[in-house]
Amino acid sequence: MSEALPPFQRFLDAHREVVWRFLVSAVGATEAEDCFQETFIAALRAYPRLRGTRERHNLRAWVLTIAHRKSIDAHRARARRALPVEDPAQLQRGRDAAPAQEPRDGALWSAVGELPARQRSAVVLRYVADLPHRDIAAAIGCSEEAARRSLHEGLTKLRGTVNA
Amino acid sequence: MSETSNAGDGLEYVLRRGGEDERDLREQASAAARRLAARIAGEGLAELSYSWLDSPFGALLAASTSHGLVRLAFPEEDAEAVLDALAQRISPRIVEARAPLERAQRELEEYFEGRRRTFELALDWALIGAFARRVLGVTYRIPYGGVLNYAQVAAGAGSPRASRAAGNALGANPLPIVIPCHRVLRSGGALGGYAGGLERKQWLLELEGALEDGRSGR
Repeated sequence: MSEALPPFQRFLDAHREVVWRFLVSAVGATEAEDCFQETFIAALRAYPRLRGTRERHNLRAWVLTIAHRKSIDAHRARARRALPVEDPAQLQRGRDAAPAQEPRDGALWSAVGELPARQRSAVVLRYVADLPHRDIAAAIGCSEEAARRSLHEGLTKLRGTVNA
Repeated sequence: MSETSNAGDGLEYVLRRGGEDERDLREQASAAARRLAARIAGEGLAELSYSWLDSPFGALLAASTSHGLVRLAFPEEDAEAVLDALAQRISPRIVEARAPLERAQRELEEYFEGRRRTFELALDWALIGAFARRVLGVTYRIPYGGVLNYAQVAAGAGSPRASRAAGNALGANPLPIVIPCHRVLRSGGALGGYAGGLERKQWLLELEGALEDGRSGR
């Protein structure tokens, strides 16, 4: 059975929470739904091809890699959408738009949304998804050392913003 | 470098807690997954859908492909094992969705209420091998209220001396009730075997009115 992939529904049920949690923090509650669907539909398309590959041993890291890429796409799309605004001040805000959520600690999560993609994903994967550095590295496609560095840089920047 | 360089840091605590209420997140994730599975089934992105159907025997696990109903499992069967087998034999792209199984639910309901004598829903015979296909093909054509014995079914399948093998094929029927293997009895009228339990076999035959003169008379 080690070669077999679990039924997709079981895979979805096992990882839906960590992916949702990641996306709500990375792109905001409003866009999380679209990103969630795109993430798992991309996963579904590639799913049978995973048989016999290394990825099937860490399906969580694999699906979070996809979620990480979708979150970057969402940030890019948001930046593009914000361009045709006439007021330059608004344009600047659009470009740096924070996730469209206003939870408690709204300022902190806005700051998370403004981090560069790799730092943002590292921070969210570490603290929201509770992933070890090895899995963070796998999810964002870098070395473990680079993942630690991104996490560290992200945290430093957040401290600067929050304490400012 | 340690896993968390500033363990007592308030910032890390807040990050760890996440931006939203814990229970809300769990419910949102579960609702999003349900919407996703329905969309996947609706757009035909998965090879298989499954759902649980009501029956007098309890909840039956039912799975279908784009060709039709492919598997129906009694409540005693281990659902996860059934899904694992489907994932291996047909495709791991399988989601839980109601809509593709609505027709099966409706026809079964009518059957159990005595309002339906033949199933019209499409079947997928993918799980049924060549010999079993002949045996279950003969079985599928036994009319409501009728019975055959194992030897007759074997003969109908073109292998008159293979009644034991025919019995095995009937016992492994992946679509019980719909392919009516309960209509196959031992010669002389004894019930024989049934994967779903002999009580159910008897119940189904009584529902169809097949037992009155057949079994008790001999």
